[in-house]
Amino acid sequence: MTAADGLKRNARWRWWEFALLVALVLSWFVLPGQALLLNEIAILALFALSLDLILGYSGVVSLGHAAFFGFGSYAAALFAKLVMPDPWVGMLVAIALSALLGAVTSVLILRGTDLTRLMVTLGVASLLYELANKLDWLTGGADGLPGIAMGPLVTPFGGFEFDIGGRTAYAYTLFVLIVCLAVGRRLVHSPFGYSLQALRDNRLRAASIGLAVNIRLVAVYTIAAAIAGAAGALLAQTSGFASLDVFDFHRSAEVLLVLVIGGTGYLYGGIFGAIVFKLLHDVVSAWTPQYWNFWLGVFLVVLVLVGRDRLTKPWTWWKRS
Amino acid sequence: MLTLLFDGIAYGMLLFVLAVGLAVTLGLMNFINLAHGAFAMAGGYITVLAMNRLGVPFLLCLPLAFIGAALLGAVLEPLLYRHMYAKPHLDQVLFSIGLVFIAVTAVDYLVGSMQQNIRVPAWLQGRFDIEWVGIGKYRLFIIVVCALLTLVLQWVLSRTRFGSQLRASVDDRRVAGGLGLNVNRIFLLTFAVGSGLAGLGGALGAEVLGLDPTFPLKFMIYFLIVCSVGGTTTITGPLLAALLLGIADVMGKYYAPKLGAFVVYTLMIVILLVRPQGLFARAGGGK
Repeated sequence: MTAADGLKRNARWRWWEFALLVALVLSWFVLPGQALLLNEIAILALFALSLDLILGYSGVVSLGHAAFFGFGSYAAALFAKLVMPDPWVGMLVAIALSALLGAVTSVLILRGTDLTRLMVTLGVASLLYELANKLDWLTGGADGLPGIAMGPLVTPFGGFEFDIGGRTAYAYTLFVLIVCLAVGRRLVHSPFGYSLQALRDNRLRAASIGLAVNIRLVAVYTIAAAIAGAAGALLAQTSGFASLDVFDFHRSAEVLLVLVIGGTGYLYGGIFGAIVFKLLHDVVSAWTPQYWNFWLGVFLVVLVLVGRDRLTKPWTWWKRS
Repeated sequence: MLTLLFDGIAYGMLLFVLAVGLAVTLGLMNFINLAHGAFAMAGGYITVLAMNRLGVPFLLCLPLAFIGAALLGAVLEPLLYRHMYAKPHLDQVLFSIGLVFIAVTAVDYLVGSMQQNIRVPAWLQGRFDIEWVGIGKYRLFIIVVCALLTLVLQWVLSRTRFGSQLRASVDDRRVAGGLGLNVNRIFLLTFAVGSGLAGLGGALGAEVLGLDPTFPLKFMIYFLIVCSVGGTTTITGPLLAALLLGIADVMGKYYAPKLGAFVVYTLMIVILLVRPQGLFARAGGGK
């Protein structure tokens, strides 16, 4: 067996991947009453997926990934309000603009240590937060942009209006999620994806064997920004609302947690993490609505102390690390 | 103009005292402690509660805040933090974000979410003018206290036995341990003192910065700016960075209130873009 065969075998679709995709599609038919919650989960999953590309595959720690999520969200909302209400066009515009922002800000993450990167990503998110807050003639400031009227979703089966139960919205979100998943999967199993993992594991060595490290980081950061922007656009379009909250530090921390719960570096972590996270949120909030953050904090501390790899591997719990 | 400069300096000094503990943790243990603000908040709340509920005089509250926060640090360091030093940065970030969330909600639960007010004693209120520079008495008090602290810190670090042990451990933990230094104890002491300083800063700053349960989140980025811009290898780096930040923030808010915190963030990003190791890092001293 040659090395190429090994890589090919790695890239092959597994049975559980098919099962997951079928389950995702089935959830639309089986759980029509939960479409709103499922929609939130799918958006969060997409957001976490984009973070996995830069954190799990390229090893860039970001504390400000919400910058792109929020940017896509505002871009989609403003586009629908000022230009045209068609969701598809709005989505493409939001993705393009987020990718542009990602390409511009990617210059900032190329140099320095982990701390510098944390600071810079956090700084970009804070900067955009301030921007959205102060440009109130455009973004509505602290009030946000309520009541964006979306046009019908044009599909080969005819146009569908976004309904109050969120079924159209969920179908739309699922479609975008699956497309992005397929793109991401293709990406990480390409030579480009393998080179990213090489530079994640040892940047100096990757550079020494002739990989152009910086251009790869710029590319993956841009792609991740575009997908995060798509997630943000989905949120704005399906809820008809964009607010400052999308840039908040909480979002960046939350998505990091979601990804860590699900596991980094295999692309599906975001989906599993988002399901667990949202269900946990629902249960704890029903029990003690005000202090959800407290339990979130406890969970984080315990998770890291125990070791986040071991959470998903119960058979290692009783062994000493 | 000069009044603004003066206020900026006072603000910067305050930030320095708040952040110096973080700089030490970062430089010494290479640990990104986002929860540093929680210790400052603890100091602030100790002061507020002691003053308003027990009637302890303000000047006595300051050492209380220091001791309280230092004790908290001394308990948490061996209990939780020590296990984190060797972990990757992602784990450290998650861990300390978790601590921040816990601290924020715990204070919210115990004290309430409203803004806490602090009444400084009468002799620190008001302001006087020298020539045409208006000087707030409380701000002057902050500057004096912080300047004294800085001198003491500098003296301890550069002249005492403990200071040289600390510097040795920062430079190379393994060699320092091999030479018979009890590195764990040094870390514990340093962490406690750093937390205590943050607590003191929180107590001093309660009047200027405001105090409510979201304090650690609100000022986290400021502390981190001080450390990343100033570098963590010296005391003077963070000091200058803190002064720069304080002055830029006060001036920015005065001359361009529409821009808000814009000035500060832009400044930080530009500085880090040009000098990723911080403005005052030693050449090749990056970790």
